[in-house]
Amino acid sequence: MSWQRKVLRVDLSDGSHKVEPLNMDWANAYLGERGLASKYLMEMMDPKTDPMAPENVLIFATGPLTGTMASTSGRYAVVTKGPLTNAIACSNSGGKFGAELKYAGYDLLILEGRSPQPVYLHIVDDRVEILPADELWGTTVWHTEEHLKAKHQNPLLKVASIGKAGESGVYYACIVNDLHRAAGRSGVGAVMGSKNLKAIAVHGTVGVRVEDPKAFMAAAKHCNDLLAESDGRKELTELGTNAMMDSMQEFGSLPTRNFREVQFEGVEKVNASAMSAPDASGHVNLITNKACFGCTIACGRIAHINEKHFTIVNRPEYRHASGGLEYETAFAFGPACGIDDIDALTFAGYMMNEHGMDPISFGVTLAAAMELYDIGALTKEQTDGIALEFGNAEALTVMAEKTGKGEGFGKELGLGSKRLCEKYGHPELFMGVKGQEFPGYDTRGLQGMGLGYATSNRGACHLKHDTFAEDMEDQSGTGKAKPCKDTQDSTAALDSTGICLFTAGSWGPEELAMMVNAACEGEWDKARMLETGERVWNLERQFNLAAGLTKADDTLPKRLLEEPAPSGTAKGKVTELDKMLPEYYALRGWTEEGVPTNETLARLGL
Amino acid sequence: MLKSLLIDPEKCTSCLQCEMACSFEHEGAFNPAKSRIKVFEFEHGRRAIPYTCTQCAEAWCLHACPVEALSRNTETGAVELDEAICVGCKVCTIACPFGTINYNADSGKVAKCDLCGGDPQCAEACPTGAITYVDANWTGLERMKQWAVKTDSQAPNQSPGA
Repeated sequence: MSWQRKVLRVDLSDGSHKVEPLNMDWANAYLGERGLASKYLMEMMDPKTDPMAPENVLIFATGPLTGTMASTSGRYAVVTKGPLTNAIACSNSGGKFGAELKYAGYDLLILEGRSPQPVYLHIVDDRVEILPADELWGTTVWHTEEHLKAKHQNPLLKVASIGKAGESGVYYACIVNDLHRAAGRSGVGAVMGSKNLKAIAVHGTVGVRVEDPKAFMAAAKHCNDLLAESDGRKELTELGTNAMMDSMQEFGSLPTRNFREVQFEGVEKVNASAMSAPDASGHVNLITNKACFGCTIACGRIAHINEKHFTIVNRPEYRHASGGLEYETAFAFGPACGIDDIDALTFAGYMMNEHGMDPISFGVTLAAAMELYDIGALTKEQTDGIALEFGNAEALTVMAEKTGKGEGFGKELGLGSKRLCEKYGHPELFMGVKGQEFPGYDTRGLQGMGLGYATSNRGACHLKHDTFAEDMEDQSGTGKAKPCKDTQDSTAALDSTGICLFTAGSWGPEELAMMVNAACEGEWDKARMLETGERVWNLERQFNLAAGLTKADDTLPKRLLEEPAPSGTAKGKVTELDKMLPEYYALRGWTEEGVPTNETLARLGL
Repeated sequence: MLKSLLIDPEKCTSCLQCEMACSFEHEGAFNPAKSRIKVFEFEHGRRAIPYTCTQCAEAWCLHACPVEALSRNTETGAVELDEAICVGCKVCTIACPFGTINYNADSGKVAKCDLCGGDPQCAEACPTGAITYVDANWTGLERMKQWAVKTDSQAPNQSPGA
């Protein structure tokens, strides 16, 4: 019932659209959001398709709990084939856009083909228009949102758009909604750009109903109360995700200077405490916290930059408040590049949001460029006269803007770390998996994280499994395969509901099942949730294998496999992937080559 | 005791649980487009401010209504709409200086906050205490206390909440 039972399909090549019924057999087998969109993608396109070709399919998907009073219910996922990874891409986002799309009456929005001219979609319930975007092409995400609300005289419009990065095919361009929330990873914004689609502006008045309102409200209240009482939730509310930085520093898993090191001497200048402490002139970076749709956590940070800082001293247009540092942004611009200037980090973060780029991939690509510069593989002549030295805050802010605008060496940085390092003769300096850059956790200390990175279907990712507890307890490869596999499955289920991963400390599959069961027809329990998650995981794997990926892609860079951690609790250790991976394949019911066996596929109905 | 909604924008995170709760109570669906309370964001989310009907003692909407579809609930103090009487003329929406009574094209009637009959669901749903339901005669009590503590020379470091 909380399904809208409708799919909006838009063919950008001929400018047509149609509404078709949601395939309920698939919804019952894969839930919504990540799972359901992956199934549609698998059925609709050849996995070998060039990600930037019109034949690639771009899907915006909500879940059965999206738009309900279950906390954090604003999530939507963008599923497509990613140009960064040449694998299945699944990036989800919060903000308010996802719930609005569902309120307009759609579970899924499927975009096919390529428009001959730049266009944007304007959706108000069942009124769907494809309109020219010539005057928006080349402009920023922030401008686009403001412009569309004004043009349609509708401040209630919610907008998801790309910046110039997405238009020009930066490999890690993202789709930004509500100014500073993003479907960030794997280059989904570049796919949108390849379709000549600048933005989607939506307003919905249909609403969302649930199957059993009384049971649903009781379940949501129970779950929201659990979340409210949890210590992890309180820390996220108070400190935001950047609370993680001190833990990683202490543990010795804070990737520093392109993963050469695992602890950063400047950590106290860019951690959560630094965000709320006055600087020398009394300026405080953090202003307040803000929530995504329906979210009772509110981990989002709203910050502003010291007006005297070099980045904005002559640019008053950036003196307003905007989205502040998350841990991943802070790690990728800070420790990974050896930079300890919090205002510079914040400004570079603005550039990511304004021009539509993934801060993890940009930061880790810049870190690789800095290492190339350090070893002499790149010279100042090649980098627009800017010294790409580790620790150079100006290099960060200038290059962030150049990459967003597609200028000078920014074009090279737009390739991503893998392609950049290959181009300049040092492929071993790429820090990532399947072409996608690592987030802020070194795997020599966190072994299960290493296995999660290596096997994540969208390339290096910290959000598709959770072995923190096991990793903190024991720094060997022993006993990591099972929790990695189990949490990959539970996370895949969670990602298919419309709920944010940050509830996972309080809500397991039981809690999710309780809410889904009351919201939708059909019987949902813990076992069915987990089986659904496993089905989704294997489906994504099938897509990747069909796309041409193999066991050889389930690996880590030499640095993490062979160079011992130089300090921290894991000093002297390397990642024991060779021990974990075979155990993981066996647990998954895959062959030694990482291919799901026929029995496994049959068991999951694949 | 007459109670009224008290809104503290400082505490609002713009999660819109209030808008969902309001629409669920009145429409049976989660549908912020039909919510009687709206949250407005300013400067990239730096400030978020929930706004709804204050139930004026001399209510413009009530006086303007030509068919007497609006009346005072003496128990809750809310100005309530009788949908059976409302003709959708919208004169009340012109009369209201605050914009908190609006036409609903789906029903052909107007809609406004009715304090959910004395159990406002927006306040119930608000996770941060930005919306509370308090003694109508003492909506300023908490703010008075915050200022009072500043005059307390005995405990200069005492926080307002203590």
